Amino acid sequence: MTTNMKKLPKDSFERITIDSSHAERISKPSLSFWQDAWLRIRKNKAAIVSMFILVFIVFMAFVGPFMVEHDPEDVKVAHASLPPKIPGLEKLGIFDGVGKLGSKTVNLYELKKVEVNYWFGTDSLGRDLFSRLWKGTQISLIIAFVAAVIDVVIGVIYGGISGYYGGRTDDVMQRIVEVLIGVPTLVIVILMIMIMKPGIWSIIIAISITGWIGMSRIVRGQVLKYKTQEFVLAAKTLGASDTRIISKHLLPNIMAIIVINMMFTIPTAIFFEAFLSFIGLGLQAPKASLGTLINDGYKFIEYQPHILFFPAAIISLLMIAFNLIGDGLRDALDPKMKD
Amino acid sequence: MAEKLLEIKNLKQYFNVGTKNEVRAVDDVTFDIYKGETLGIVGESGCGKSTTGRTIIRLYDATGGEVIYDGVDVHAKKSKKELKAFNRKMQMIFQDPYASLNPRMKVLDIIAEGLDIHGLVKNSKERTARVHELLETVGLNREHANRYPHEFSGGQRQRLGIARALAVEPEFIIADEPISALDVSIQAQVVNLLKELQEERGLTYLFIAHDLSMVKYISDRIGVMHFGKLVEIGPAETIYTAPLHPYTQSLLSAIPLPDPAYERSRVRKSYDPTTHKYLKDEEVIMREVTPGHLVLCSQREFDAFAK
Repeated sequence: MTTNMKKLPKDSFERITIDSSHAERISKPSLSFWQDAWLRIRKNKAAIVSMFILVFIVFMAFVGPFMVEHDPEDVKVAHASLPPKIPGLEKLGIFDGVGKLGSKTVNLYELKKVEVNYWFGTDSLGRDLFSRLWKGTQISLIIAFVAAVIDVVIGVIYGGISGYYGGRTDDVMQRIVEVLIGVPTLVIVILMIMIMKPGIWSIIIAISITGWIGMSRIVRGQVLKYKTQEFVLAAKTLGASDTRIISKHLLPNIMAIIVINMMFTIPTAIFFEAFLSFIGLGLQAPKASLGTLINDGYKFIEYQPHILFFPAAIISLLMIAFNLIGDGLRDALDPKMKD
Repeated sequence: MAEKLLEIKNLKQYFNVGTKNEVRAVDDVTFDIYKGETLGIVGESGCGKSTTGRTIIRLYDATGGEVIYDGVDVHAKKSKKELKAFNRKMQMIFQDPYASLNPRMKVLDIIAEGLDIHGLVKNSKERTARVHELLETVGLNREHANRYPHEFSGGQRQRLGIARALAVEPEFIIADEPISALDVSIQAQVVNLLKELQEERGLTYLFIAHDLSMVKYISDRIGVMHFGKLVEIGPAETIYTAPLHPYTQSLLSAIPLPDPAYERSRVRKSYDPTTHKYLKDEEVIMREVTPGHLVLCSQREFDAFAK
């Protein structure tokens, strides 16, 4: 080998020197955790489509009731049980105001001499279903959102204290949770509703009275996991206070899981509210929510399926959208999914 | 002999005290650390090395014994102010470079954490300048300040950990296996950095490791631990050339060398605690065999060593 090497011409070699100052350079652009998550969730088509659907529904829930001149709670018996009619779509054979009267198919708007249009028709009391649908969606969303926020606040504080202080405190707090979780939620909720006056707040309280338990358990588990991590120990050796450790080290790290869990809590709350309204424990007329609308609609499912169809479609879309966004977020926020 | 910086007297750290699964992680350990030296602690996994380090720095409350730093008992009750002053003097470098940096914080905030807690800088400009200075001290670029820990390699992260510890200008640093999670080429980089810093700043180290050759390279004195007890402590040379305790001998016989001839003849000694045959009433304590070289032994063994 060595003899062969000597025969090679010297000038065909060039000395390469490594510039040590470049050794520590990082060329990848710097991304924060949330920027990184956004890049990943952008690739998830289902989550993006769900986001658009959700934005549309939320937008309509607040703007929809003002798009028509009818008031959602206005009773007009003369306009009762009208089918949907949207001007411009009549020629297509849908939304043309044609409905069944007895066994005949007639245009009910002409029959009853109704001049105005009801886009999604009216119910048996002549209330406009379009504005009622969006008003109901709005109330359902508000109930679900407030209930989820209360869940998060109580759950994070309770779970955080339980996990961070540990020991005897943790023991006592977890036994209380176990007792609470042992009582069937439905029983508590029905009792709560019976005691309180029916209304938005009583439903919110009923949903959140046991709803925070799941969140508190997740937060406790995460705090237990992170509080023994070396970066927390490092902060302790630097003399960081408990407040600093919780706010700067623990909370930012468990934020992702809190957000994901909240995304799954909201549809559960929407569904629970609908269920309560459906069994008659929810909002009272003339107030509307998705649950009461479905309850009204299913009585007329044979003759006027549209009364049931629209709120059922909205609640389904909401549930699917929230779940798909939650799924997408879970994948996007999981650092192990990093590519 | 140099001035004593830290005296550890009969330090005990038990977990699950009073229950069936009581663990005596550190059991009656006594040693001193002198100003400006590096004391290496070696021993097998789970022998209480890291627990000793963490108890010294008050991450755990000691079950018994004293840790006296510069004449002040570390574990005594302290006001917040005294505690902060203590936190500045003693710092720690952690084992796992992937777990020891908060993944949600920028490097700037990680390194500046000590500065913020102790109010060492007046404004954000000074803060940034100080962080840049620290980054350059540990051989990183100032552009790294705006990045997140996951963008760095293991060796770079470990240097960030060192920079964080240096931010509060400590006198004494506990290095808890700072190199065992790194690959060999990077280990040298980090150890040399630690040595340079020691020369520049007159730091004192407690260097915990299980890599014997690395410990020999960096340490002035070495302590050997086994099952929560310190079995032998002395100057690095003495421990390597004339180990007395059978456990130390067993550890040293396990060091491989890149020399086939030596490897073929190397005999691996195994350590069996029953070989001591301690009698019930025998007092097994640390005894000074030669100046500065202490061995855990009974009087009978001590006499044998003396010969």
